[in-house]
Amino acid sequence: MSEPRQTARGLTALDGAISLIAILLIVQMWLLTATLEAFLAGHREAAIPGAVLSGLLFAACFGLYRFIEGIDRASGESTLTKPT
Amino acid sequence: MKLWRDEFSIETAHERYVARRQFGKFLVLTSFGMFVGNLWILARSYFRKDEVFPRTLVARTTDIPKGGVKLFQYPGAQDPCILFHTQSDRYVAYSQKCTHLSCAVIPAADGKRIECPCHHGFFSIEDGRVLQGPPPRPLPRILLEQQGDELWAFGVDLGNNQATDSGVRG
Repeated sequence: MSEPRQTARGLTALDGAISLIAILLIVQMWLLTATLEAFLAGHREAAIPGAVLSGLLFAACFGLYRFIEGIDRASGESTLTKPT
Repeated sequence: MKLWRDEFSIETAHERYVARRQFGKFLVLTSFGMFVGNLWILARSYFRKDEVFPRTLVARTTDIPKGGVKLFQYPGAQDPCILFHTQSDRYVAYSQKCTHLSCAVIPAADGKRIECPCHHGFFSIEDGRVLQGPPPRPLPRILLEQQGDELWAFGVDLGNNQATDSGVRG
């Protein structure tokens, strides 16, 4: 496959992954706000589920980041960031 | 090959690729920050000792006429509170910090509500519940006890149990 086409495919995959990360981040932001609100209202029982869910969302984001790195390696674009 | 190609050897598509990848990294780092925030809340919830409230003389009933108020600090010197002698002849006290953005609440002009002048939040003077505006929670109530003509504060109720009557009959 030619390099520009490979880059374009990589870019599409990257856009998809970033969109998913952004959606997860919005959910995580809401979760943090809701947990903090419950904590300030004196409800301690929301802290554990909040932390577990937030951890899962972070793990998903990290997984998507690894996916981006995978695309990076596959398309050979990583050399762009390294000094030659 | 043209000189500008040598000088600017990175294609536009490649540049976008690197920028988006870095943006992705930033998003994941933000996600990690939020996870740390949730862990902080968890730590604060479970590794904090329950607060012990002192018993403090707040006022004498003879000092406050019906419809009057008195400011005091409880449980610490940095915790402003407000005591009301309501029209229904009860003594009730609340934290003076609005639960929205901690502005100082004041009695509303109608004498039946507590007002936060910053964003026009209103609380019930009888039990501190939110009546109107942006405050998300009731005002924390100061638990009062009457001994003779003395009003003593002995605790703070964050407002989870609305059924609790923390006021004192006048």
